Amino acid sequence: MEKTVNVYLFGKRYQVPESLTIMKAMEYAGYQLVRGCGCRNGFCGACATIYRIRGQQELKTCLACQTQVEEGMYVATLPFFPLVKQVYDIEKIKPTQQIMMQLYPEIYSCIGCNACTKSCTQGLNVMQYIAYAQRGEYEKCAEESFDCVMCGVCSARCPAGISHPQVAELARRLTGKYIAPRSEHLEKRVEEIREGKFEALLESLMGKPLAELQELYNHREIEK
Amino acid sequence: MYQYTEEQIVSMKKVEATRASRLGAELRRMTAEEKDAVLASFHPDYIASAYEELKVGPNKGGRVLHELAALLQGRPRVSGQKVDLTHPDYDVDVLVIGGGGAGASAAIEADNCGANVMIVTKLRLGDANTAMAEGGIQAADKENDSPAIHYLDALGGGHFKNKPELLYKLVTEAPEAIQWLNNLGVMFDKAPDGTMITTHGGGTSRKRMHACRDYSGSEIMRVLRDEVLNRGITVVDFTSAIELIKDKEGKAAGAVLQNMETGEILVARAKTVILATGGAGRLHYQGFPTSNHYGATADGLVLAYRAGAKLLYPETLQYHPTGAAAPTQIYGALVTEKVRSLGAQLVNREGVAFVNPLETRDVTASAIIRECKQNGGGVRTTDGEGVWLDTPLIEMINGEGTIEKRIPAMLRMFGKYGIDIRKEPILVYPTLHYQNGGIDISANGMSGVENLYVAGEAVGGIHGTNRLMGNSLLDIIVFGRNAGRQAGEKSKSVQLKTLTLDFVKAFETELKEAGIRPEMPSPRLLPDYRRKDN
Repeated sequence: MEKTVNVYLFGKRYQVPESLTIMKAMEYAGYQLVRGCGCRNGFCGACATIYRIRGQQELKTCLACQTQVEEGMYVATLPFFPLVKQVYDIEKIKPTQQIMMQLYPEIYSCIGCNACTKSCTQGLNVMQYIAYAQRGEYEKCAEESFDCVMCGVCSARCPAGISHPQVAELARRLTGKYIAPRSEHLEKRVEEIREGKFEALLESLMGKPLAELQELYNHREIEK
Repeated sequence: MYQYTEEQIVSMKKVEATRASRLGAELRRMTAEEKDAVLASFHPDYIASAYEELKVGPNKGGRVLHELAALLQGRPRVSGQKVDLTHPDYDVDVLVIGGGGAGASAAIEADNCGANVMIVTKLRLGDANTAMAEGGIQAADKENDSPAIHYLDALGGGHFKNKPELLYKLVTEAPEAIQWLNNLGVMFDKAPDGTMITTHGGGTSRKRMHACRDYSGSEIMRVLRDEVLNRGITVVDFTSAIELIKDKEGKAAGAVLQNMETGEILVARAKTVILATGGAGRLHYQGFPTSNHYGATADGLVLAYRAGAKLLYPETLQYHPTGAAAPTQIYGALVTEKVRSLGAQLVNREGVAFVNPLETRDVTASAIIRECKQNGGGVRTTDGEGVWLDTPLIEMINGEGTIEKRIPAMLRMFGKYGIDIRKEPILVYPTLHYQNGGIDISANGMSGVENLYVAGEAVGGIHGTNRLMGNSLLDIIVFGRNAGRQAGEKSKSVQLKTLTLDFVKAFETELKEAGIRPEMPSPRLLPDYRRKDN
């Protein structure tokens, strides 16, 4: 029999195998999840969770699908958090410092407590990327925030009411669209296709009998 | 923290001992005959006992896996429910069912047509396999590449079963799909001069895999979701579609919806419907673990089938070669193919690299299964067995810092259990990853049911019977946008007639006549992972 631990789901005690993640422990206990469960692999941010180990002061945060249970764990899930998402037209805005002031002025109320960084379930330096956003350094903000899964835990811990994941999303889109260098080879290829450059080649390929296609495939040159 | 077993430690030492000699070694690719042989003997698609014949519906006489048959011939959830079709709760031009990458792309393009669009999704917008795609997206946009080469790669990888007109569309619209995403603000990995950083995937003959670190799908999904919200497109979340609705002329005309939390039944009327419901990993075919998201239960296939749409290649599934085999907490989770693109080799318990790591997925997965089941090359784990994926090779080949820069999600996923993939290899085994087949469509995205469009993983035929890495993120964009445009335009000329669910009754009669007493509520909606032994 596998060793078990006591976990407290919303305050109620359950005995579960110690190898389980928090998410699987909830299911083991009998919960049929609808909320707070998405990709189950650490990419979607649906399962933001807050916990405290009995006897310890620190309030910890995690993704329930990526975190193993511990003895004396008091768990509360955070399946939804009211982030502020401002609406804008990506074609009309520009990567200027003003745009952040217009859309997310609350970032300038940051008091530097660093609670966001301490709580990040991905281990990102959240306060740093907000600082970059304040200064209009969107490329740095984008890089620093890139691995964000938008679980919203940082915002739940923020005394200034900042919606960090949405600020970072704006910075990344500005970077991807306006700041990152353009890919000339991509533009050229789109143009070539539009002009029909590959049509004859493709049509001749599509018209070939199966045996010939197999021959071509089996002996095609593979780039090193 | 993960505790290695004695056996694992001994084997890992052997992997370390042979690493230097394997560095730079070019592993021979299999001949066509060798590939056929390993597939026939070890690929799960070839296990006849896992399949059964369908007794009713458009694919009557065809074979599907038992788990899918139970749903295709299951008990419709609307059966016995009181559904009032005369007073729809929602009345829109285009109804998009599914909130992943295909659904979001479709909604954006339908919105561009000026249509009134609504997305309905049983979880949240973006809770989808799209967000979990790590490795990248293909497009032939480099000088040494062309859509024709991309076509041949995908055709051979798909065992020459791909529908030519769909594959043509996929490869010729690929560069524009990348450009569209880039213009929406997706941050692709680029060199300082703007050149896309591209790598190989299994079965590619050119380096055409574009990526956003190893959060490629996540980055794409975040941007698409943001764009859907910016446009004010209606999103009804935590609401599933449990049946399609037709009008009395037999054309798709909406869907019966159900609130996932309250159970409330709602009716959505629509001039055109787009199914973008994704795959089926959570049906755990043949008992496999899966890399898929929580809602991947083949709902779209079931709804379309009852409405009369034919399925194409529903019997072919993709088992991704490298699911995590340990630690148990992440059993079945995806270890992106990009790990192999960057140089990691597949190594058996004795430290021998036994297959070229960039064969197509079906061949590589079969070779791993053969290594474990026949050759005794597997290493035992809590959940079964696995082989080593020798990740430390990556930085020996590409330099220190490569792993953190190019595959940070993998570093993080194993790091949580104390495994540093820069220094230690990891244990992997095939995991149920992708539904190669799906609903048969024509090049305009429409299924066999008029005004019912399909996009994304729910489509069958684009990839033949085996999809290449990076062609799925591509197809959700190309065919998502296509379906959105087509359905948006078509909605302008549709005159809806009286709504009906009579086709469901007819299907139930067919089941009865075939001697089937359906038990399984259908569609499945979500898996049930509650403990069964209490």
